[in-house]
Amino acid sequence: MSKILMKGNEAFGEAAVLAGCKYFFGYPITPQSELPHYMAKRLPEVGGVFLQAESEIAAINMVYGAAGAGARVMTSSSGPGISLKMEGVSYLAGAELPAVLVNVVRGGPGLGNIAPAQSDYFQATKGGGHGDYRLIVLAPSSVQEIVDLTAKAFDLADQYMNPVMLLADGILGQMMEPVELKDIKPNIPAKPWAVNGMKGRAYRNLIVSVHIVAEDNEKFNLTLQAKYDKIFQNEVLYENYKMDDAEFVMVAYGSSARLAKGAVDKAREKGLKVGLIRPITLWPFPSERLAEAATTAKAFLTVEMSLGQMVEDVRLAVNGVKPVYLYTRTGGMVPVVKDIVVELEKIVQGGGK
Amino acid sequence: MRKVFSKPASLSDKPFHYCPGCTHGIIHRLIAEVIDELNIKEEVIGIAPIGCAVFMYDYFDFDFLGGAHGRAPAVATGVKRVHPDKMVFTYQGDGDAAAIGTAEIVHAAARSEKITSLFINNAIYGMTGGQMAPTTLLGQESTTSPEGRSKEMAGYPIRLTEMLATLEGTVYAARVSVHDVKHIIQAKKVIKRAFEIQQKKVGFALVEVLSTCPTNWGLTPIEATKWLEQNMIPYYPLGEIKVPKEV
Ligand SMILES: Cc1ncc(C[n+]2csc(CCOP(=O)(O)OP(=O)(O)O)c2C)c(N)n1
Repeated sequence: MSKILMKGNEAFGEAAVLAGCKYFFGYPITPQSELPHYMAKRLPEVGGVFLQAESEIAAINMVYGAAGAGARVMTSSSGPGISLKMEGVSYLAGAELPAVLVNVVRGGPGLGNIAPAQSDYFQATKGGGHGDYRLIVLAPSSVQEIVDLTAKAFDLADQYMNPVMLLADGILGQMMEPVELKDIKPNIPAKPWAVNGMKGRAYRNLIVSVHIVAEDNEKFNLTLQAKYDKIFQNEVLYENYKMDDAEFVMVAYGSSARLAKGAVDKAREKGLKVGLIRPITLWPFPSERLAEAATTAKAFLTVEMSLGQMVEDVRLAVNGVKPVYLYTRTGGMVPVVKDIVVELEKIVQGGGK
Repeated sequence: MRKVFSKPASLSDKPFHYCPGCTHGIIHRLIAEVIDELNIKEEVIGIAPIGCAVFMYDYFDFDFLGGAHGRAPAVATGVKRVHPDKMVFTYQGDGDAAAIGTAEIVHAAARSEKITSLFINNAIYGMTGGQMAPTTLLGQESTTSPEGRSKEMAGYPIRLTEMLATLEGTVYAARVSVHDVKHIIQAKKVIKRAFEIQQKKVGFALVEVLSTCPTNWGLTPIEATKWLEQNMIPYYPLGEIKVPKEV
């Protein structure tokens, strides 16, 4: 199959359609608008439904209904809208329903701005909604990876009966790159649990997230934990870039990882032995890979477009074995390769932050 | 011997847990009878509320989905868009539908979702301990309006059904009561009509049911039915407010 040029936001949509997603519910917000625009045109062509909801709260609850009804379903938004969806995400996790959410992150807090940011990492990976639950979080760093991870997100959601978030940012959403819509097939499993009327079934189906007796809720949460352990064991994804002989290890995901790669190359030209570990799954986080790298690396540098959020997971993984430094831009500002290299040079000379 | 009365097949064997004199159980039974009579038990998907009827699915024997407080019309929209040929109904209290979930029910009606919406108005928040609801009457005491609801502090009770009837998308809007046998028989006819409208895919059909809450009103069951008749019906008049031409 030949490559075609696609915008990140549209690539989410096309990959979802190829993966068998027929339903999309959303509410307008920049910088993800091209995705709903794409779905509004595309879904009717495959007999699906695009519906503009009255709010993100309504949209995520429509997703809950469609997921419960047995369909592959998607919603997307950005910061402020994702905040409104968080109640629904907790209900999806509690009812163990598969659904895919896209967050094209913008600058915050509050209304912030529409520039690219990575400041929703905590919200995505540490809860965001209430209760003991985990959201699977995938972080693409190119338009091709948007395609591949979107298809994967639907498979993971169905396999683990859990909501999955694709965490991107304004750069990835807006950038155009050639992509191959490789062999994406709708691997939709049978859903005998779906609510679709009892016809042909000897039993009725019931989907709720309430366990009114504490003992029962604990038992249920422990089954969730067992599922999360399995995800942690089987689904961690990351990329090693020039790690073979790296003495200084950068950690960055998404758009920052693209810049960090540039910084690795520039630093190598200057003779610095720098590499990059790029987490692709933010939850489950590649903690074991970082712990392993800590046995040989001299120091770590986390590069993020936030005040420093993922750095907490890096520090937990490295567990004090080696210093972990942080270089960030925030509020919609984007790091510059040259500045990252300056920071690396400081660390090499023993003076990082 | 001839059998003259039996439990509807759409009800499960679980006894209702509702307080003595609460009318949620009566309304549940009417829904089950209607579903049996229309022979749609295998087609129907119920959306449970959050409120005293949060566990209503225990009393029915067909598919059910329970979601967040107030969001049932959005959840129902998701289900119905995936299964346009199935029968989907919501069941919401006045806090659920007329306070936290106002946006969802207004827009489900505006989109004319082909669902049946049951709105149970007992003029109070039952489940959480008798707080003031958007439908609490002026002067009515509640745990959060201990001196009685005042219009200066809390404004006026919402007539949700009249409000939704102004929308083009609402094709059927009616208010019924279940405080005595005569009204229960009438209520069943109206609920049946709201399901038949969905079968014909006409549009959004809403039935408000005036309901009692003796526990939180601080009345005996008999006093509660009288209170409903004397206080609620004058403010929330009964009848069909909007009926589609086609049916
Ligand atoms: C987001 C959220 N806010 C508040 C609650 C607590 N809560 C549960 S039921 C309820 C009110 C129910 O009242 P109503 O809808 O009138 O139904 P009733 O119990 O009277 O049948 C509230 C506020 C909740 N479950 N979720």
